This record gives sequence, C-alpha cells and structure tokens, in this order.
Amino acid sequence: MSSLFEKIWENHIVYTTKNNESINSGSSLLYIDRHLIHEVTSPQAFDGLRTNGRRVRRPDLTFATMDHNVPTTERNLPIADQISENQIRTLRENCNEFGIKLYDLDHPNQGIVHVIGPELGITLPGTTIVCGDSHTATHGAFGAFAFGIGTSEVEHVLATQCLWLSKPKDIAINFVGRSKNTHAISSKDMILSLIRKIGIGGGKGAVLEYQGEIIKSLSMEQRMTICNMSIEAGARAGLIVPDTETFNYLRDREYSPKGEIYEKMVDHWRENLTTDNNAKFDRIIDIDITNLAPQVSWGTNPSMTVDVTETVPSPDEFAKGNEHEKNAAIRALEYMKLKPGTPITDIHIDRVFIGSCTNSRLEDLIEASIVVKGKKVSGKVRALIVPGSQMVKLQAEKLGLDKIFKESGFEWRDSGCSMCLGMNPDILSSGERCASTSNRNFEGRQGKGGITHLVSPIMAAAAAIEGHFVDVRELI
Amino acid sequence: MKPFNKFESKFIPFPFVNVDTDQIIPKQFLKLTQKTGFGKYLFYDWRYEEDGQPKKDFVLNKSQYFNRQILLTLDNFGSGSSREHAVWALSDYGFKAIISTSFADIFYSNCIKNGLLPITLPKPQINYLFKNKDLSVEIDLDNQEIKLMENSIHKKFKFQIDKSKKMMLIAGLDEIGMTLQLDSEITKYEKNNINCLV
Repeated sequence: MSSLFEKIWENHIVYTTKNNESINSGSSLLYIDRHLIHEVTSPQAFDGLRTNGRRVRRPDLTFATMDHNVPTTERNLPIADQISENQIRTLRENCNEFGIKLYDLDHPNQGIVHVIGPELGITLPGTTIVCGDSHTATHGAFGAFAFGIGTSEVEHVLATQCLWLSKPKDIAINFVGRSKNTHAISSKDMILSLIRKIGIGGGKGAVLEYQGEIIKSLSMEQRMTICNMSIEAGARAGLIVPDTETFNYLRDREYSPKGEIYEKMVDHWRENLTTDNNAKFDRIIDIDITNLAPQVSWGTNPSMTVDVTETVPSPDEFAKGNEHEKNAAIRALEYMKLKPGTPITDIHIDRVFIGSCTNSRLEDLIEASIVVKGKKVSGKVRALIVPGSQMVKLQAEKLGLDKIFKESGFEWRDSGCSMCLGMNPDILSSGERCASTSNRNFEGRQGKGGITHLVSPIMAAAAAIEGHFVDVRELI
Repeated sequence: MKPFNKFESKFIPFPFVNVDTDQIIPKQFLKLTQKTGFGKYLFYDWRYEEDGQPKKDFVLNKSQYFNRQILLTLDNFGSGSSREHAVWALSDYGFKAIISTSFADIFYSNCIKNGLLPITLPKPQINYLFKNKDLSVEIDLDNQEIKLMENSIHKKFKFQIDKSKKMMLIAGLDEIGMTLQLDSEITKYEKNNINCLV
C-alpha cells in the first residue's frame, strides 16, 4: 500500500542500479516529465552542453521564461543593468539555439516560473517536474513530484531528461481542526506555523504530503502557497493528492490535454493518484490550526516566527536550550534591530511587498484588495504589488484591482521575482523594514541590510494601511 | 571534474547553524554566466565592509586561517536557495571539503557534482574539532576517514558517504556521459509512457 509520492516515484523509474554496480548504486534513474528553466541557473548548464557537443534531449518538455532579474517597470526600455541584460540575452540565445519554448519579457505569458507552469497547464498531476530553483515544490499542489535542482542537474536533465535520485523519506503533515476565522487565516499562516514547529531543517531529505480536511477545502492558489514553502522546512518536495479542485483548475489550460482525452485522464488520475489508507509514512506530524493566529516572522529564517498577538521572543525562549540556536537568535535580533518583549503590533514598517512565487496569484491580490479598498497606504510606507505573471496582472486589471491598489497608494508593476530576492532594481535600502509576502527572511535577502518580515497578503495589506503590523482578524 | 585526492589541511572554524546560500553567495553575484571566479565573492556581506574593505573580525580575513582547505561548520549548512554558485564560490576560494553535523539536500548534491566533499560527523566529533581548531587533518575519502594529525595521538573519525557519490568523486566522473550510456533504457521508457508528455 503506497503513498501518492511512492506511486509517482515507481511510475518514473527508468533504471535502478543493482547493489553491486559501482556507479550510482542504490539510486534510481528517474524520468523527468517537465523541465522549467530561467535565466539565473541555466547559462552554465547550456555552456556544459556546448563544451561536450550535447543536445537537449526533449526540448518539447522544456519551458523557459525570465523572471529573477527582470525589471518590473518600463519594459519597453532597454534594461539598464548590463549584467542582467546579458543574462537575459543569454537565455534567449540558448533557447533559440537548442529549440526551447521561451516566454520572453514581452510575451503575455511571461511570469514567475512557478506561477506560469500551472497557469499554462504545463504542470499536471502525477508528473515529475524540476527547475533550477528551490521553490519548485510549488507544483506539488497539483499532485506532482516537483523539486528544485542545481545547475549541474539542470545540465543533466537537459541532456538526458532524467536524474539520479535516492528515494527521499515520506512525511505526512496532517492539518487538523478548522480555524475560527477562515478569511483572516491564510494558507501562508498554516505553512509558517508548520516551519515554526519543525524548524528549517525539519523536513530534510523528505517529501511532505499535506493532508487533512482543511487542505481539501483550499483553493489551488492556497495549496500552491503551502507546497511552495516546503523547502523552507528543508524538504525535498511537498505535495497534495489531486481532487476535483485540481482537475477543474487545469481543464482547458493551454498545455492541458483537451476534451475527451482530458476527461479520461481525470478518471485515471482520480483512480491512481491517491494515497492509500494504510500507506506507511516515515513520520506523521499533526498540526492543529483551530487557534491559529496570523503569523509574522521576527528573525532571519522562516522558523523564527510568532503569532501577531505575541511579542518578539528572547533568544532563550526561542532556543529552548540549544546554544547554537541561541547564538543565531542573538545575531538575528541584532540584524533585525528588534528587542525581546516588543509586541509584534508595535513594529512599524517602511515598505510592503506583495508578490513572489509564494503569494502573487490572482486570489492573493483579490484578498489584499479587500483589505485596502477605499483606504490609503500610510504616509510613511512605500508599497509595491508585483503580480506573479503578466496573465495574473491582466486578470487583476479586468477586475479593476489595479485601480483599487493605485488609488490606495500602491505601485502596480509588471511580473517577476522582484523584491523577493532583489536581483532586479526592486530592493530594500539598508535598515528599511518590509512586510513581505515572500518566502525568505534571510539576512540581506531583499537588499543588503534590508529587514524582512514574512506575512500573508492580507497581513501585508493591512500593515501597509496602518504603518505597523495589525491583527487582521480585527478587520475582517 | 577533477578526481578527488587525499589531502591534508587545517580547517576554518565557522560555528554557525543554518548558514543559507544567500549568505554564502549574495544575489548580486548570480548574474554571471560562467562558473569561475566566484571565490572573491564568498560570504560577501559577512566578509566585507560597505566600502569593500575586509572586516577584520571575520574568520576568513584572519591571517592564521589563510590557505586552509576545510570549512568546519554546524547544522543544515547550505540551506535555502538551490544556487550552485554557492558551491562554485566555496571551491573557487580553495575549499576541498566541508565538515558539518548536517547539510541541506540540494546543497549537498551540488557539492558532489563539483568535487567538493561534504562530510557529516556526529556532534561530539564536531565539538572536538571546534575545541582543537589548529589541528591538521588528513581527509581520506577512499577509506572514509579523517585522520587527526596530533603530536602523540593518532585519532581517526570515520564518516559515511553513499558509495556511488564516493566513486563519482574519486574518479572525477562525468555523470551525464554515464547516463547517456543508458540511452536505450530512456528511449524504452519514453515509448511506454507517453501519457503525460506534451
């Protein structure tokens, strides 16, 4: 009796080495159904192919876009940063040379790779999906085994459409209970509370399967937010058993199979892409969300998170006796310019960023717009909305969200990774404090000396209006 | 990839947990399109002042630690982003091995592909090394052991590594070339599994 992950794994084994084979013993050669590439982690891989006279085995299964260092303003002008421009041009040339479909900067489907994959139906249930980006687990929301890889592995997949892998462990994350305010508590709060509980190494070497009634009630967008941050718990991947919600989302997408063929595949998926009742997991972790509050990170990794109603913890409270964690907390507090005991709601912010592969989809923007509608961004705050794709942007504009945001004082940008990692001009200045819907609060992540607090889109929106963190449950 | 040979070196103590790849190589250096020359950007924000001068109290800037080829660190080293640039920076700086209580998954795999040996040791042995930070050690991958070169005592710490990864490192093999030898298996798989393909 197997878990969904085990079934996908078994379905994709091309070759398993015998124990007496000296090379790659104990690993399996796994077939990769979809390979997504972007400008930052691919140039050296293409160079490797050229050096060795190799071709791309399946350009038809490879999809490219530029997202990490693209500008989010004035796309019609040449890119000012010459090094970024060079990297973007290199991707364009490589895709051209090797015959790979590229969603270029001016294409209506350009966007963050983990937003456009599902949007275009490139992501399908039961598939294996890789990308040279650690947030690839996002696609696991559709019942795919999706994981991030390094550039050497990008080259390996380009050349062979396969990867050697040792089978990861299988951990079930069982969300129980139902939150008392389903509008104010988002899936971002659920995943942050998990990381807070198990730590940023808690899922190491494992695939996390998110389970529970609450997971089944989530939209695809909300599920993607959860799977997206699996890597922040150190996990190889995260996934959710697909259901009607999944199949409805993917129906009639550009690359999804069409008509009768699609319905036949749905029947097949429904029957086969399940986790059997008595499937064995290496570990089962229960997370009770009955009393879950909005989460706000206070430190320099995503496990350093508390409820919005709490105060900044002392290093001892955080470390629970672990000397190295205590040192990390001391360093984090110094970097974050925070004192233990400070109520989270007393923390004033300078910037707000709503975007990233974690929280930049249409539903995220709709939720945020409800909070800001008719209100003004605090005079002390500069707030930015970066839709996850040009398609999300267009859909949002059709709903008039751009007007709501602009009238409130938000900047409305073109799509890209933007201030999640600040490879483009969207960065924090040193000492600036940001409420961000992204996924990492590492030192310098959003700009050298920049201070990041991870929150949900509605928490970020509310903070933009008030100028400091507020318990969004009081507003909704 | 160059074959991994036995070597002797002192190590650099780096007593931090959860060092993420954003710290190892900050994003502004990910825009380069080659694999070389990243060493000078290693730990950039921890290593240099605003004006580009080396921070005197940062371990890599202290003369007694120059030219050491082993980094000794703590839990979950290399967490976060999948950027292989982190490994290219460590290798280019001169590191040949990293010893820690644990590594992040993608980072570990990236190390192996670039001939940088990640060694996992239990906490007591790591603590012992931190307490004796001027020890010279010999890294012997073939025998999976670290020999401590102390005056009178000859201690050995054994370490575990997946057999295939060890072979790859020692032979300096081109993994893609090997996989391509299984071309007929891959083609067979593709013929039998066209369902999900575009």
